[in-house]
Amino acid sequence: MTGEVGFPVSRRLVLKAATSVALIGLSGFSLTPIPALAAYDKYPEDAFKQKSDAAAIKSLYGGKAAEASDKVKLDAPEIAENGAVVPVSVTTTLPAVTSISFFVSENPNALAAFYVIPEGTVPGVANRLKMQKTSNVIAIVESEGKLYSATREVKVTVGGCGG
Amino acid sequence: MPSTIRVRAISSGDLTEVQALIQHPMDSGFMTDAQGATIPAHFIQELTFECKDKKVFVADWGPAVSKDPYVKFSFKGAAKGDDLKISWVDNKGATDTITAKIQ
Repeated sequence: MTGEVGFPVSRRLVLKAATSVALIGLSGFSLTPIPALAAYDKYPEDAFKQKSDAAAIKSLYGGKAAEASDKVKLDAPEIAENGAVVPVSVTTTLPAVTSISFFVSENPNALAAFYVIPEGTVPGVANRLKMQKTSNVIAIVESEGKLYSATREVKVTVGGCGG
Repeated sequence: MPSTIRVRAISSGDLTEVQALIQHPMDSGFMTDAQGATIPAHFIQELTFECKDKKVFVADWGPAVSKDPYVKFSFKGAAKGDDLKISWVDNKGATDTITAKIQ
């Protein structure tokens, strides 16, 4: 399997990649206070244990459904040569964002990362995820208590041939 | 022991851009070693960034975050010279903390 057999990425390369990610736009950021959401000061252990993306989303957000939105900009490579290090980032122009989460549908446990976005923090994050195989990557942004999602398929190649 | 956390926080206007790189194996628990034995899961669960006693960013991670994790975000309300405190705790209870000056 493709897991963690990757070679070490040099720090220089990493920083280069990092700086090339564009700054996050601030337009549409609202300062309207929204009620503090409970449970976000606790590690969502249960959600991380769920196998499918649907079960993880349910565990994380209760019964709420996510609506696909073009205001959620998910940036991920079309083809990842190394599934151990897949750079994924999300930005959004949605107002009053309180959390951002990443799911890799085909991983053994779909939920990869969950970020709490306090007021005053730009709603966007860049990180690197592991992908077991070709899969959809889903980003969910929580804005004004509603869920908005973006999905992209990332092809993971093994040994550099095909997808 | 040198810190496992490398951080760069740069203030520009009202925004502070933070990039952090942490040394951690982030073992998923799904991999096996050369002898075929399962490598137990070992990964950072919570990573917190605090500025002026306020949490500005919290990451809850599972084992699907890459080895030696990297994260980037930006926040408002800090200036050059302010302290940014970063700390993580992993699933084995290990932890590390560093305080960086915003540049």
